[in-house]
Amino acid sequence: MSANWSQSSGYPLLHGVAEPSGSNQDAPEPVIKVRNLKVAFGDKVIMDGLDLDVMRGEILGFVGGSGTGKSVLTRTILGLVRKQRGTIEVFGENVDDLEGAARRTLERRFGVMFQHGALFSALSVKQNIQVPMREYLKLSPALLDEMAMLKLEMVGLRPDAADKAPSELSGGMIKRAALARALALDPEIVFLDEPTSGLDPIGAAEFDQLIMTLKETLGLTVFMVTHDLDSLYSACDRIAALADKRVIAVGPLATMLASDHPWLKAYFGGERAQARLTADLRRS
Amino acid sequence: MASLDTAEPQAVFHDDAGSLAIELTGSWSAERAPRIEELIAEMGERIASVSRATLDLSAIIRLDTLGAYVLNRLKNQREAAGGSVELVSRRPEHAVLLAEVNIHDCSVPPTVHHFGIVSVLVNIGEAMVRFGRDMVGGAMFLGEVVVGSVSVMFGPRKFRGPPLVNQIELIAFNGAPIIMLISFLVGCIVAQQGIFQLQQFGASAFVVNLTGILILRELGVLLTSIMIAGRSGSAFTAEIGSMKMREEIDALRVMGLDPIEVLVVPRILALIISLPILTFISSMAGLAGAALVSWLYGGIGIDTFLARLQSVITWKHFAVGLIKAPFMAFVIGLIASIEGLAVQGSAESLGRQVTASVVKAIFMVILVDGLFAMFFASIEF
Ligand SMILES: Nc1ncnc2c1ncn2[C@@H]1O[C@H](COP(=O)(O)OP(=O)(O)O)[C@@H](O)[C@H]1O
Ligand SMILES: [Mg+2]
Repeated sequence: MSANWSQSSGYPLLHGVAEPSGSNQDAPEPVIKVRNLKVAFGDKVIMDGLDLDVMRGEILGFVGGSGTGKSVLTRTILGLVRKQRGTIEVFGENVDDLEGAARRTLERRFGVMFQHGALFSALSVKQNIQVPMREYLKLSPALLDEMAMLKLEMVGLRPDAADKAPSELSGGMIKRAALARALALDPEIVFLDEPTSGLDPIGAAEFDQLIMTLKETLGLTVFMVTHDLDSLYSACDRIAALADKRVIAVGPLATMLASDHPWLKAYFGGERAQARLTADLRRS
Repeated sequence: MASLDTAEPQAVFHDDAGSLAIELTGSWSAERAPRIEELIAEMGERIASVSRATLDLSAIIRLDTLGAYVLNRLKNQREAAGGSVELVSRRPEHAVLLAEVNIHDCSVPPTVHHFGIVSVLVNIGEAMVRFGRDMVGGAMFLGEVVVGSVSVMFGPRKFRGPPLVNQIELIAFNGAPIIMLISFLVGCIVAQQGIFQLQQFGASAFVVNLTGILILRELGVLLTSIMIAGRSGSAFTAEIGSMKMREEIDALRVMGLDPIEVLVVPRILALIISLPILTFISSMAGLAGAALVSWLYGGIGIDTFLARLQSVITWKHFAVGLIKAPFMAFVIGLIASIEGLAVQGSAESLGRQVTASVVKAIFMVILVDGLFAMFFASIEF
């Protein structure tokens, strides 16, 4: 036994040599692979010929103007919107081939936080978190309660929020409760639709920090639709930009800044983005 | 990727002179929760009997927050009881996960349950307090409505004609057919029962007295009020409640508009105007039903029915029904508005309040009717 934790500090600390856990971190593998996707409502084509890869263990920030179809893409990957054409592979499996039990197994590996929280208003926060647990897991009542409280604490909500109704929560608390519900089953991929919109800058920064911590500790892959420049700068490993019905650029921040696409130039060249960038440079 | 690998979790015990080494294998994740809970209980018992225990997590295929949480809980519980438990692993991500769940205290505060007689008493007590509060709240609201009405009356600029007419149309015009139908049917039924019973004494002609007085004094106004409480009272509560839910009431307030003047007074006024009209219509429909059944079933011709009706019914009977109508209207409107304004943020709250509005309004209508009956009896009206 080459490692153990000291008991004195109360936190288990790692000593000795840690062996790599055998995950293939050096060769990133896409967990979501979207190819040549076309989605339309009637004759209104929302996206056409869209390609996108989401790598294991990354936080991918997804940007695009309002109404360009960011939510629609998320919903298409989740199977809530029908696609006209194209393939979507998740964990190497084509989602069209999955039905019944296989489809449910896949959905268990997703955690979704909808744009407006979508907490069930008839249930308390704790019961909301327990809905997927009750559906999929066989837990004793005591452990069910404890797990719900654990998720609540993990997202930084106080225990007294557990028995509140969603209508009694503030905007930031709703986002956190929705994240706690998304994390209920320890998913591998979480989809966040504008998680920080409507939060104050401090709350938004805390939320970004929380996502990063959870990514580190739980090994999450995060697909995050966002408008928040701060999130893009601080939290995201890569950024994908949606315009002209497809992904026009994907890569780290530098790629975005180097692009000559007019929308990207306007987005990252705007006054707010520039101020943020110079502030960053001055700090470093 | 062994992500959903659900290999059976296992614990292998190695006893070694007062200290216990436990090697954990398999998948310690939520899918295996029942087995994990069994194992934790078993390990808890074994650990309790030794002073030192070491749990080796290295061979675990998959550890998630649930597995980490229960293992960490086992360690903390044993340490609180004075023992020593070590969690060891060769895998760094286990350490991170254990640290993540360790900072969280998830003990659920016990909920207090009352049983049997105690809970009945508690419920009765709470209901009484609520009833008292409702009464006080109602009285206060009544005051506000009176102030609002007066200010509308003396400030003609504030008088809102179109909403009033609109409400009267919704209440009286659209509500009339169903109220007529119901009153007609009830009139038929009462007449049929009356004739059936009175025949045995050879007094079937008295059915005219019976139905005439009953419908004009009581049934017309009661049926109308109950229907309006269900039809318009619930609509008021829902309208005002959904405005409250979406902060529209607050928007009115910050614009300097009094929601009572804008929303409540026109509706109550519309009810007060509509209910006597509907009561009259309802009484006529009820009498028509009674006349029809008397003719077909009791053999009393329509002209005999009318002549007898004229001789037994005085204007008093007619007035008693109509005098009560505006009071009923006021009660229904007041309760509907109070319940509407009591709506909180959620849609459930709206549904609850609408139900409460209808139930309370019907209850109060019947109560007020009883009070009126006592009042009219004592003044011999
Ligand atoms: N169910 C639907 N039916 C028709 N049009 C829709 C539907 N859902 C979204 N849209 C349209 O798709 C476009 C993209 O919407 P959305 O993905 O919500 O934008 P955003 O990028 O701001 O999230 C919008 O123009 C919207 O009107
Ligand atoms: Mg959207």
